[in-house]
Amino acid sequence: MSKDTAAIVFHDASVSLAGRTIWSRGNFEIPTGSVSAIVGTNGAGKTTMMKVELGLIPLKTGTVKVLGADAGTHNNRIGYVPQNYAGDIDSNLTAGQSVLLGLNGTRFGIHPITSKQRERAYQAMEFTGMADKVDVPLSELSGGMRQRVAIAQALVGKPDLLMLDEPLANLDLASQRETVHVLARLNREFGMTIQVVAHDLNMLLPILNGAVYLLDGHPHYARMNEVLDADLLTHLYGTTVQVVTTPQGDMFVTPTPDEPQDTTPDTHSPAEAARFHNHVHDDLRRDNTSDSSGRNGTGSSIQ
Amino acid sequence: MSSLESLIQSNWIDILSAPFMRNAFAAGLCIAIAAGVMGYFTIARNSTFAAHALAHIGLPGATGAVLLGLPVSLGLGVFALGGALVIGALGKRASQREIATGTVLAFASGLGLFFARLSSSASQQMQAILFGSILTVTDDQIIGFALFDVVLLTLLSVIYRPLLFSSLDEQVAQAKGVPVGLMNVLFMAIMAGVITVAVPAVGTLLIFALVVTPSATANIITHSPMASMVCASVICLVSIWGGLLLSALFPAPPSFIIVTISTLLWLVAKATHKARLHS
Repeated sequence: MSKDTAAIVFHDASVSLAGRTIWSRGNFEIPTGSVSAIVGTNGAGKTTMMKVELGLIPLKTGTVKVLGADAGTHNNRIGYVPQNYAGDIDSNLTAGQSVLLGLNGTRFGIHPITSKQRERAYQAMEFTGMADKVDVPLSELSGGMRQRVAIAQALVGKPDLLMLDEPLANLDLASQRETVHVLARLNREFGMTIQVVAHDLNMLLPILNGAVYLLDGHPHYARMNEVLDADLLTHLYGTTVQVVTTPQGDMFVTPTPDEPQDTTPDTHSPAEAARFHNHVHDDLRRDNTSDSSGRNGTGSSIQ
Repeated sequence: MSSLESLIQSNWIDILSAPFMRNAFAAGLCIAIAAGVMGYFTIARNSTFAAHALAHIGLPGATGAVLLGLPVSLGLGVFALGGALVIGALGKRASQREIATGTVLAFASGLGLFFARLSSSASQQMQAILFGSILTVTDDQIIGFALFDVVLLTLLSVIYRPLLFSSLDEQVAQAKGVPVGLMNVLFMAIMAGVITVAVPAVGTLLIFALVVTPSATANIITHSPMASMVCASVICLVSIWGGLLLSALFPAPPSFIIVTISTLLWLVAKATHKARLHS
């Protein structure tokens, strides 16, 4: 993970919104060509992190380099798919027209659409399985289909990095699988670096290489086998989580059927966690490198 | 049949060929272009209520202008633009904040009434401002409308794609480098201009029927932004010209007939679309 191969590099990065520290001391690198997730509880600052990487929210301290330059510099090489894309659209814009905006939407002046642009838009929609919906108005598409139109719009500019905010939220199982399949192919066939904000990792597990987890108000990056630890996940989500290894070797994160009545979830609000003393964070990083035995220490050292 | 004939005004040919009618038809064309084009973006940006509110925010400007002996359109335009810039500066989501917008709308209407009561001439013009007076449009106004249309179409041809992109999904557009704040302020400012131009036709109260309803109808019929804008302009034109024609034939105010045609076309399109979906 040297600097020239990392797609995203955080160095001592912290963010505060309206005077409240969202997270701080972000020090990690996300390798080029990887599929990674940003995980954490609601309000931990996952979407904020993605917006920081897009240069839309300024840092309080530190630096964030994306694709080799300051965040926001190379946004033309980044495809961004927001949560609930065009969710409130009330116009007659078709799926094809909206994908085309991914190519020419930022251009001022009169620019007739070329047949080459149309071809590229069609290819992008073919890739996400939406080629037969080119002429259907967005407002008549289901949430899952709109999601894949949004991915096509992000792809049409041939990005090096694809960022998706909760791409699986509000989708049924079949649509979730379709989306994960598209992401897997993009990574495999084009070596595209993919980052996904997710609160539910299950569906993404087969394709994830690693995850940034917002645990104690400080973002960390870890490879997948390090993140998939029942104690860590239980602490991360504030509810009991089990990791199951199936005979096929697949791992699943499964919440236990019911929460025991007398236990207090071992968790902290993001704001509270962000105030924790910094040396805890340093201990944590050292622990992380020394295999999973350090993880139990993670839980206790934060209390 | 004879009862219908007795209803028709005997002097309708004289009315239609009068200079004020020629002016009204010319004004109708200018208004139809402006309203049809901007209606598309108003709907796409979910800003229909904000557009409606702008007309009301313009009301105290209009009655205040009469009070000071200034042109109605000037006062209306200044107040609508002021309101537009505030709403625009607050961001696209602010134009969807219905409670704040509605409260300001009600206050502005009250203020407009207060100004109107301060002078008898403003009081007399109140009805024309609220419900329109397309038959009293002057030559100078028509030149102003035409100039506005030229500016509007020129500006839109420059910002068309970024404006459309930011209307579709502001977050993506922003990430891609579209100046979404500027787009929002520009949109609201243009909207204020369109309202200033359209108020003489139907007044501040009925503006929705010219700026929003035809575009809603056009969105049902057509499948691209350009086609929708052309279609909405044509619907606007049919409504206004139809209103002028019928008001010459029958003793009914033009604003009423304009709004009726616009509403009927929307109802028919909506019903047909529903029937088609269910068949």
